Amino acid sequence: MSYFSDIYNGIKTLLTGMSVTGGYFIRARKGSLTQQYPDNRETLKMFDRFRGEVVMPHDKNNEHYCTGCQSCEIACPNGSIEIIWDRAVDPETGKKKKKIDKHIYHLSMCTMCGLCIEACPTDAIVWAQNYENSVYDRAALTKVLNQPGSVVKAGIED
Amino acid sequence: MNFLMMNIPLNITKTIHDWIFSIMPEMAANITEWVLIAIVYLALFAVAGLYLVLLERKVAAWFQLRLGPNRVGPWGLFQTMADALKLVSKELTSNDRIDKFLYNLAPYFVIVTSLMAMAVFPYSKQFQGFDINIGIFFLFAISSIGVIGILVAGWSSNNKFSLIGAMRSGLQTISYELSVGLSILTMVLLTGTLQLSEIVEIQRTGGWLILQGHIPAIIAFMIFMIAGTAETNRAPFDLVEAESELGAGFHTEYSGMKFAYFFLAEFINMFIIASIAVVLFFGAWLSPFGITEGITWFPEVIWFLIKVLIIIFLMMWFRWTFPRLRVDQLLTLEWKYLLPLNLVNLLIMAIVIWLNWTI
Repeated sequence: MSYFSDIYNGIKTLLTGMSVTGGYFIRARKGSLTQQYPDNRETLKMFDRFRGEVVMPHDKNNEHYCTGCQSCEIACPNGSIEIIWDRAVDPETGKKKKKIDKHIYHLSMCTMCGLCIEACPTDAIVWAQNYENSVYDRAALTKVLNQPGSVVKAGIED
Repeated sequence: MNFLMMNIPLNITKTIHDWIFSIMPEMAANITEWVLIAIVYLALFAVAGLYLVLLERKVAAWFQLRLGPNRVGPWGLFQTMADALKLVSKELTSNDRIDKFLYNLAPYFVIVTSLMAMAVFPYSKQFQGFDINIGIFFLFAISSIGVIGILVAGWSSNNKFSLIGAMRSGLQTISYELSVGLSILTMVLLTGTLQLSEIVEIQRTGGWLILQGHIPAIIAFMIFMIAGTAETNRAPFDLVEAESELGAGFHTEYSGMKFAYFFLAEFINMFIIASIAVVLFFGAWLSPFGITEGITWFPEVIWFLIKVLIIIFLMMWFRWTFPRLRVDQLLTLEWKYLLPLNLVNLLIMAIVIWLNWTI
């Protein structure tokens, strides 16, 4: 007897499915999910968790939070981050202290895995929302994250 | 030149037919009419194929809350024309050591059978290319040739996966042809004729056949829709194109316009299946309740096209809703469910007619 109940259940479930997609079909004109990308470049807003590229925020005194601990460089699985660091004498304490010279980020090699940002103890690097990363020259994708003349913010490293 | 004098009743419309025969000698008129019919049907074929592809893409987009093509032309109307132009300009590549003759023949097999099937439909009272008294039988015979094209394409490609795809397609098409044939036979039992124009005439007085035959006709319609969808190799029966296993099945090795022929033929087959359904169940060009019966200038072909489009929309709805069947499920559906039900339905139809229960 399950032969006929199979037919009944089959038809019933198929109609349920068709009612769902039929509802979509009617609603499609009101709001589709498609983004008309190059047209809506001004209004397009990416999601908070979108991973565009790694940036290092600087505050208005041109200070960043990076202490040069190299955690991100170690955490990066494919070597996209290179840190060129130096030692400088702290004028207050007179001790030698590590500081970054250049925080180099190869966007062309980055897989957007986010391990560097997880690893950063001082939240010096964060994800940016930038999604237009195509350039004509590969060299343009090698970025120096710290701005020229910037220094580490006092009190971060303790 | 006796064959030209053969009395084949070809005509586009009665008025044009009479006009051509009044200004020319008979043989010239015949030839002119053949050429005209060829042009008309080729144009119909191209337009229907191109715009069914566009419709499919639009409908698919709306079912998935997307927009669909909207860049080329107003609302993307020229998109498929641009695609066709691109396909024409592409190089026709082929494998090493293929069977050249069969490889090139296969697309024509597929497309010519579709074209021949289109010739017998009564699009309106006058517009019917070829009104033979075995119309249904002709359609059924023609539609089974298409599978040969598919098998030849897969076999001659010198590619194991194409061959497997062709076998799967052949298996599916041949299995489901049985159900299509039996459900059509149910309706032939009701009408008692194989001539398509006569089937339409029967529906003019007694109402559409789906009403005349009520329960068995509705069951026959459902079976016909399922089996017809399977015969056109569309989802949820598109095992031929099981993407993860085969690429695109039997036409993997075809490129450019040869590929487009298979692609177009698939959409034209959808049109053909919908047309058969409309003629057999929904009264072809007859208007509902005879609304436009008295209006002489009203083009009846519009009713035909509206009904066909509704059936095509139904098939598209199937495609974008149901998940694809596995091959054993496909065969179970056909041999364990559709075929027995169909045979029983044929019996019910016979009893209904015997006891005069038709409306």
